[in-house]
Amino acid sequence: MLCEHCGKREAVVHITETINKNSAEVHLCDICAQGNGFNSSQPFALADLLAGLMDEAEIDLKKKKGLVTCPGCGMAFEDFKRIGRFGCAQCYETFKESIYPLLEKIHGAVKHTGKMPRKMPIVVKKESEIQQFQEKLKKAVEKEEFEEAAVIRDKIKELEKKKDGA
Amino acid sequence: MNLNDLFGAKEGWLKSTGPDSDIVISSRIRLARNLSSYRFTDWADRKDREKVLEEVKRSFDKNIYLKKSLFLKLEELDEIDKRFLLERQLISRELISKKGPGAVCISEKEIFSIMVNEEDHLRIQVIQSGFNLLESWRIIEKITDALSSELEFAYSPKLGYLTACPTNAGTGMRASAMMHLPGLIMKKSIEKILEAIAKLSFTTRGLYGEGTEAAGNFFQISNQATLGRSELDIINNLERIIKQVVDYEKKSRLDLLENHSSALEDKIWRAYGILKNARFISSDETMELLSMVRLGVDAGLIKDIERSLINELFVLTQPAHLQKMEHKKLTPAQRDSKRAQLIREKIK
Repeated sequence: MLCEHCGKREAVVHITETINKNSAEVHLCDICAQGNGFNSSQPFALADLLAGLMDEAEIDLKKKKGLVTCPGCGMAFEDFKRIGRFGCAQCYETFKESIYPLLEKIHGAVKHTGKMPRKMPIVVKKESEIQQFQEKLKKAVEKEEFEEAAVIRDKIKELEKKKDGA
Repeated sequence: MNLNDLFGAKEGWLKSTGPDSDIVISSRIRLARNLSSYRFTDWADRKDREKVLEEVKRSFDKNIYLKKSLFLKLEELDEIDKRFLLERQLISRELISKKGPGAVCISEKEIFSIMVNEEDHLRIQVIQSGFNLLESWRIIEKITDALSSELEFAYSPKLGYLTACPTNAGTGMRASAMMHLPGLIMKKSIEKILEAIAKLSFTTRGLYGEGTEAAGNFFQISNQATLGRSELDIINNLERIIKQVVDYEKKSRLDLLENHSSALEDKIWRAYGILKNARFISSDETMELLSMVRLGVDAGLIKDIERSLINELFVLTQPAHLQKMEHKKLTPAQRDSKRAQLIREKIK
């Protein structure tokens, strides 16, 4: 069979990973396997390898099982339990019911009283704002309210500029 | 400046000039920070990590405190150079073991180092000689504030700085002091001290971090909790504990010198003799003997060796330092021989 990554060479490395009783198979040629950090004489980071190739498939699998996944990075709480580390900043919000008692156990507290950053993270907020306006734009166009649509389109441009420039 | 410039320098914590530096070798503060719009390192793919590295590098280039710093990509370093940086306490084992685009930025005088794509996107560290946590905090605060005005850190007003591992959330700060405690060890009081420290939710480790034993009678004491207290509170608590331990160590040494002086002196002078004359010596044995000689210097028994020389030897006799000195890879037996030779030459 052909390598799933490049589609050009013969697949010689066959990897099966089982996550939460779901198996995922990857078939790669030796060049793509090495390019993704796989060296037959060393253990390799499967997360690295699969993350690049199978993001979508994995997230679908988890969703089918009804697992909560973080919208920022696709991590399920089971993943956190396995790795011991979170996938992204949004995980703290996604899994907050499980995290708060954990933090209490580790630190004896759940409220930060130290330094604050100079730049507060507004990217996440901006992202969802942009999404909201895009929805509004669609509706305005559907209703043929073109002047309204033009105003919204300009607002979106402004927000995107701010997000990129931030 | 390049990596080999670091080799000749006797900078940072090696200098042994800070307050109480007979017992407190160095003070260190480390801050963990992540960029808000990227996955954390272990969950990120190679492209993500490269983007983090690019963005971080751009902000380093604009940072006034990093003007004369050395920026090194881990993938471009060979094994010996990586170990060299580890021995200098500029990078961690974790950074070395991670495959992919990691990097470290080292300041001119080795006062601070910033690791990129280790457990968190950024691990900023400041080390000072002797007992100097507040000074370390002032430096690291300035650097991190400058970074914070270019980069957007993952932060929640309720939980503080968001880190890959929840054990670092909040301040993201690990403050620690490296102490030399031969007195407490010889008096066998160290166990009680370690238990008391653990009860106060501080932890102890050996010279090269997690998992290493207390070789050479070194102990690193650091805070465990990072969330719920301000940075200065954590530092003040740690300082109190360290002052207590310094006190106990001084008392133990006095007691040994007054009541067990001949046994102690024998140990010290034997160590001195072996170091001055051995033809083969392992790094474990070197740590033990240097520790005794250091005690001898502190106690005023050995007068012809500087404490800073001993600090230097602790580092120069490590495997990667020896190999860099010889400009080639050495077998363990060759290292044992070179080590002994180096020590003999330095302790004339």
